[in-house]
Amino acid sequence: MQAATITAPRQMRSVEFRKEREATWQALEDLIATADKRGLRTLSAEQLARLPHLYRATLSSLSVARSISLDRALTHYLENLVGRAYFVVYGTRQHLRRQLSEFFLWKLPSTIRAARWHILASAIVTIAAAIAAFQLTWADMDYYYAFVGDMAQGRTPASSTAELRDGLYHTESGSGGLATFAASLFSHNSRIGILAFATGFVAGLPTLFLLFYNGLVLGAFAALFHSRGLGVDLWAWMLPHGVTELTAVVLCGAAGFQLAHALVFPGARTRMDSLREHGRSAAVIVIGSVGMLFFAGMIEGIFRQTVTSIPIRFTVAGTTAAWWIYYFGFVGRSRDRQDAVEREAASRVAFQRGKLAELSPQMSGQIEVAR
Amino acid sequence: MNPASLAALRPDEDSKLVREIVTPEGIPLRFTLARAGDRAGAFVLDMLLQIIVIVVISFALSRAVGGEGSWLTAVIVILTFLLMNFYFAFFEVRWQGTTPGKRKIGIRVIDARGGQLETSAVLARNLIRELEVWTPLRFLLASQLVWPEAPGWARLFAGAWAFVFLFMPVFNKDRLRVGDMIAGTRVVMQPKVVLVPDLVEEAAAAPLYAPAGMKPAAAYTFSDAQLGIYGIYELQVLEGVLRTNPGDASHFEAIRTVSEKVRQKIRYVAQVVDDERFLRDFYAAQRAHLEQKMLFGQRRQDKYAK
Repeated sequence: MQAATITAPRQMRSVEFRKEREATWQALEDLIATADKRGLRTLSAEQLARLPHLYRATLSSLSVARSISLDRALTHYLENLVGRAYFVVYGTRQHLRRQLSEFFLWKLPSTIRAARWHILASAIVTIAAAIAAFQLTWADMDYYYAFVGDMAQGRTPASSTAELRDGLYHTESGSGGLATFAASLFSHNSRIGILAFATGFVAGLPTLFLLFYNGLVLGAFAALFHSRGLGVDLWAWMLPHGVTELTAVVLCGAAGFQLAHALVFPGARTRMDSLREHGRSAAVIVIGSVGMLFFAGMIEGIFRQTVTSIPIRFTVAGTTAAWWIYYFGFVGRSRDRQDAVEREAASRVAFQRGKLAELSPQMSGQIEVAR
Repeated sequence: MNPASLAALRPDEDSKLVREIVTPEGIPLRFTLARAGDRAGAFVLDMLLQIIVIVVISFALSRAVGGEGSWLTAVIVILTFLLMNFYFAFFEVRWQGTTPGKRKIGIRVIDARGGQLETSAVLARNLIRELEVWTPLRFLLASQLVWPEAPGWARLFAGAWAFVFLFMPVFNKDRLRVGDMIAGTRVVMQPKVVLVPDLVEEAAAAPLYAPAGMKPAAAYTFSDAQLGIYGIYELQVLEGVLRTNPGDASHFEAIRTVSEKVRQKIRYVAQVVDDERFLRDFYAAQRAHLEQKMLFGQRRQDKYAK
């Protein structure tokens, strides 16, 4: 056994390599640490400009290390560093204000337009339940107890017409109590709305139930007041906030249906892909609805308790209805068209890339870089 | 020391949990999915933080307005709602997929396909907590409020419900909770790894350890034939052994066992005084040998490879 010695570590390429590049890695690590600690926007312009360079250099170090070095600690370190840098470099860097304006001026109305069939279904369930409950309760007031229960304080068929009327025109002074009332209404309704969306994951049956139940209560309520000749007063009481609130609940139900649809009938895609796409758009709808419920809570808790004039109540109701029709129907239309053009172009690129990927995996990587 | 326990020394994660993302530059990055315990830990930390925030703000507000007025209640109701539903979303959007709890534990939410983590995805995965956590919790803790006179079976059902959704991540291979499925996200481990010194460099430095009364040995040398026995896997297991708890009694024990095993395997007949030194020299020589081979396109994966 002859001793052909290999003990000169300084000649090892992996050792040399590490010595040459270590400073770059350290610089990247420091930059990421700063960004993590104080946020990306605290980095100076010069640091921001260096970030992608350092990231690419380290990324290339990683691929070199993978091919020439057997030092596990080193590749592990580089892999971790590049992974952390990846999210900083490719993370969202949009300003919050910009994101919000894009959300409200385009994303939300556009997503709602795209979900019109689910919204229609959700509205039909609510209205059908309301009509059914109205008919049943109209014929036999005992149904009221079955649909509404004993929760509606002092508003049951046992109450006198005068009591019912008082309930509609009841006002409260001292804004503190009203604020609490509005806040709890908002948080309660929003929770129900979010739940209607989330239970879409259980094939949408609870969503259906929630919408149906909501409709039943509405119908039974209407039947009670109509039977006492208080129809106009009831709607004047309900619609100022009800237009917004009922729309929001219907939208949340639609979001739940969308989720259930994606889960149960994924179509040509895998269930996961289908969920991923519709789950995101459903979440957008729900966030919009929570905003609407906040607005509705303010009207219900504050405006309705202080203003009793029927014409004013109806004017407010009409105005909110007109506003929502305008907002969901027309805001962001031009951006929709622009987006459709972009998406078609993107799908064409994706199609070509798919074809290329069949020919050569490497080429598709290059297209990605070129984009 | 048998091979199984050697493998345990390797700082490798369960390979079933590793997911690959190809960067736009075309280089694959590997991420390890977060373990259930880590995620639960991060969740608990975040919850504690939320409770602290609510308590502190309520206290400060009530002091400021003199403990009077229901405006205060209104503010607290809304604050609680916003915290419960938007705490996670807020941080995950602003901190690139982390929250204070996640950061402490070292985990992060990423897009399953490696793209940008969209705001709508973050919202979707967190709104679902209403179904996964809050509603079952409300049923369990305060079922009288949600549903007066709830029968026992209903409470049982709520418990089962909570159980199914809470433990969802354990039942699927990607460790997804319902929110992750809907949003197309994954939660991965991302601890901070520090760059430790190269063992080869260290081996070249000062003598490390010698039993009392003996001089530190000169560098050990190996023949090509001796270096041709082991492969990359064994090299990296050895790296793990050398790096695990240096200075500890268990470390010396492991070193001695491994050194004996190696000497036997490569038929190293000369006397070895300092096992640590021997293994470090062997590591350096073996790595130089294998890396040299790699330059010529031969990757010898392990000792069974031809």
